[in-house]
Amino acid sequence: MTMIAESLAGLVFIPLGMPLLVLLLPGRARGYLCFAAVLALPLCLLPLTQEVWSGNEITLALAEFHPPLGIVWYLDGLALIMLWLTAIVAVPVSLHALTSFPPNEESGRGFWPLWMMLLAGINALFLSADLFNLYVTLEMITLAGVAMIGIGGKALALKAAMRYLLLGLLASVLYLLAVGLIYGQTGALDIYLVGERLETGHLASTALVLMMTGLLVKSAIFPMHVWLPAAHGNAPGPVSAILSGLVVKVSLYMLIRIWFWIAGDWELPAAATALGLLGAGAILYGSVAALVQPRLKMVIAYSTVAQLGYVMILFPLASVGAFRAASYQLLAHGLAKAAMFLAAANILKSLGTDRLNALTDLDRKMPVDLFAFTLAAVSIMGLPPSGGFLAKWLLLEAAWKQDAWGWLVLVSVGSLLSAAYLFRVIALTCFHPGRRHGPTRWQPPPSSATNAALILALLAIAAGFTSAPVLDLIDASLPPGGIWP
Amino acid sequence: MMEWLPLAMVMVSLIAGVAIFLLGEQRQLARTLLNLGAALVKLALVAFISMLVIVDQAPEFRLALLPGLDLVLRADALSLLFTTLSAVLWLITTVYAIAYLERSENRARFFGFFSICVASTMGIAMAGNLFTFFIFYELLTLATWPLVAHSGTRAAILGARSYLRYTLTGSAVFLVGLIWLYGLAGSRDFIVGGGLDEIGIDEHVELRIIFVFLVIGMGVKAALVPMHSWLPKAMVAPAPVSALLHAVAVVKAGAFGLVRLVEDVYGPELVAELGMGHLLAVAAAFTIIYGSVMALRQTDIKRRLAFSTVSQVSYITLGIAVGGVMATTGGMVHLVHQGLMKITLFFCAGIFAAVLGVKHIDQLEGLGRRMPWTALSFTVAGLGMIGLPPMAGFVSKYHLGAGAVAVGAWWVIPVLIASTLLNAAYFLPLIKRMWMDPEPDQWPHPVTLSRLETGGLVVPTVLTAAISVLVGLFAAHPLSPLSWVLGIVTEYFP
Amino acid sequence: MTEVVFVLAASLVFGIGVWGLLIAEHLLRKLLALNVMSSSVFVIMLVAAGGNASPDPVAQALILTGIVIAVAATAFALALMISIYRETGRASITDEDDDDR
Repeated sequence: MTMIAESLAGLVFIPLGMPLLVLLLPGRARGYLCFAAVLALPLCLLPLTQEVWSGNEITLALAEFHPPLGIVWYLDGLALIMLWLTAIVAVPVSLHALTSFPPNEESGRGFWPLWMMLLAGINALFLSADLFNLYVTLEMITLAGVAMIGIGGKALALKAAMRYLLLGLLASVLYLLAVGLIYGQTGALDIYLVGERLETGHLASTALVLMMTGLLVKSAIFPMHVWLPAAHGNAPGPVSAILSGLVVKVSLYMLIRIWFWIAGDWELPAAATALGLLGAGAILYGSVAALVQPRLKMVIAYSTVAQLGYVMILFPLASVGAFRAASYQLLAHGLAKAAMFLAAANILKSLGTDRLNALTDLDRKMPVDLFAFTLAAVSIMGLPPSGGFLAKWLLLEAAWKQDAWGWLVLVSVGSLLSAAYLFRVIALTCFHPGRRHGPTRWQPPPSSATNAALILALLAIAAGFTSAPVLDLIDASLPPGGIWP
Repeated sequence: MMEWLPLAMVMVSLIAGVAIFLLGEQRQLARTLLNLGAALVKLALVAFISMLVIVDQAPEFRLALLPGLDLVLRADALSLLFTTLSAVLWLITTVYAIAYLERSENRARFFGFFSICVASTMGIAMAGNLFTFFIFYELLTLATWPLVAHSGTRAAILGARSYLRYTLTGSAVFLVGLIWLYGLAGSRDFIVGGGLDEIGIDEHVELRIIFVFLVIGMGVKAALVPMHSWLPKAMVAPAPVSALLHAVAVVKAGAFGLVRLVEDVYGPELVAELGMGHLLAVAAAFTIIYGSVMALRQTDIKRRLAFSTVSQVSYITLGIAVGGVMATTGGMVHLVHQGLMKITLFFCAGIFAAVLGVKHIDQLEGLGRRMPWTALSFTVAGLGMIGLPPMAGFVSKYHLGAGAVAVGAWWVIPVLIASTLLNAAYFLPLIKRMWMDPEPDQWPHPVTLSRLETGGLVVPTVLTAAISVLVGLFAAHPLSPLSWVLGIVTEYFP
Repeated sequence: MTEVVFVLAASLVFGIGVWGLLIAEHLLRKLLALNVMSSSVFVIMLVAAGGNASPDPVAQALILTGIVIAVAATAFALALMISIYRETGRASITDEDDDDR
């Protein structure tokens, strides 16, 4: 049992200690120390996984203080999956960052402490089951994320960061207001206690609407997505991968937690449908916008807007099947999108541009990066065999089981649209009639950067074969009430 | 140990494909050896698995992708029919393609995807359930798309885009049908006779809709009218790709899927009971006539051959849709016969275009004297397509016609007659021009060599032509495709 | 009775904040508006938790933490604002010419 407490603490405090520790070290050693910290995360997860696997949920009262005053960490299957996603994405991303943000240079001095803070925030958030702790960790994540966008100091990125920050802070204010209202009524902050105590009514509804709105903004769900494409599309190097692969997932996870764990049995069919319709808007709008973007990273960013929409279909369906589908989608998209952004970062850095019409001939210049991008694209399009395909299959199956033909058609159309915008990119890169019109001066990316993208892409494909353990974990952590069998 | 064999069949080509990518553009000898080596290993595997199937030890590979949803690869008589065809034709086409693409660009990419394409075809052939079939069906789309776009010209890119649009939309419909079917009946392996008849009569309407969805999904690749128009546009692909696309891979995958759907998912009885057999037969008959008429109107050789494929592949569909021992046999055996004849024709068209620049039917005049072996192969395959006895095409058509009469579907006879007349109308003039008309003064490409027919191109062509004659001549032999198919079909109609 | 006054005042302040956030072009004004909004939220939290009874220590702790976070975020936002000013010569993000380059 002591191992459990130490592992939990390690997840948060190893990365949290790094920003302070690295101040004591000279340039290059900082990067390697941080990289070692990232490698320690999966190790911390192993004993926890074993424990959750054997059917136990883990709770830990920090310093033996119990709610309502104390802070309790709580770990179930869903949170564990998200922690694994974080750890798995973090390793290749850090590998990439060792060359894209060299620790002894200006950009690296900015990146590594922020990245550690972000990781600590994400891990702490997934361990929290307390509305206020969720707020604090989410703020930590937002601030670190915004700061990372601005690292390069380019005007476009800085403006995008500012827009993200302003909307993020507005969202936080709404969320905090809701926390205050809920605490006033229930005297509790723990999600489980609140779920038991909160009575439906005007106050509770207002709080729920405020909270959901704030989180929808942070998750960039259509039509509150306006900040995302610029922020993710202009962020430097692997930061885009971190933001699209992990950061938006965090608030989406909170959305799911709060809706199903607090308001699970409130019978809100209209609101649930509305959330689903936002998802539909995201899928359609995001895909069409991705289809007309002139720059690779913007295509990928709009693709994120679209892909998050699939998760929103969970709310109207609200079944075990949909729960599996949404969780798998979070996982599969996290891997594939991080791979895509890393590949795009390599392409941008090598060619000096990521305009699509400059990418002709890419199959000769950077075949492995293009291959990684294509593998990730297979998963995003939901083509077999890949994690994205299993997510799509589960979602279609869940929709079919409830005779929800509208959602079923939406998912099918959405995957066709994603094929349209991704094949457009791939076709331009190797079958353009104007071949060899791309930049003639270019330098290949470092092989570790290419490998990082490839590893993530292969993992996205491998996710098509590893459903059993993941689904077991999800099945073991279904919401307490209000969900279809 | 044996259960890995079906997976090995798929992985041989897949690994070969990836290895070819890794070798890069310059290592030509290594690439050639790898190509041929993989093709030979595959042939050996097919032979070995065939023996296992004959002694009733059919290997099966099973891997759960989702709870209750398995990836199943296994060998049965029907899948071996298709794998044998693909393995043999892959070897021959590889030889042809190496010669055809000599000195052209992007060969690593071409042969890489070529191998992955064959790997998917093997997966399709060995799929043990509809879910597995779907996975490899999608993989096939992915692998053939770069082959269609290979040359990178505007026409090639447009052709490839059209191909993607049709196939991906088709597979979206397929996927919905598949989810629906599995929701209704549970996930199930292919079994002789289907076994869906245990589902109550209440669900028959749903079963009909699902059937239509799945037929649309497979019909796109099988070029069933009105989902055929990608096929003529995909003609821009290099000749070996067209040959493989029409004879073994894409079009055949669709047709093979329809066979599996009718025989092993629904079962012939249920298809007839639902009235879906008639629907499918009418669609196939329409496609046969329409494809032939369109072929007659084309003046480009490859386009004419493409529409001929549209028409000929629907014989397979017609056979299984009409049902009964004879007609089903005729349909299934055409899977092999059409493959052999059509690959020969495309090989020939490729040689004409590559050596002399002949692409138009008017330019064929006098070719018989300049390129006798190629012209002979073209003639033999063309006559086979028309269905001249005792060629392979005749064997198929005879069984189709006799089978249709046996089950009372008299209307099939006029369709077959009309199609045969049309086939004659679009093949005979070409044959006449090659042998009877005088040579022109000048060919589109300047002729520099005294000997125009090089071994690497002509030997595969003559070989497939010869096999297509042999399977017709010795149709009664116990090892012929016909006998093999008869053995399969008698299981469905005891 | 005092509760109603507090809630009304907080709502008014909140509204002013929203208005400022939407209308202001200069980033400093936008940030101030956000801070105004946070202040109103703290007041509402205080009222919601405490009521007329003795003050709730947990609520006080939450608000204190909230204030700390708001200060940190504001400081960070100001730094970002200065960077933007250095890069573009303006302290605003309203011009929309930056879709792509």
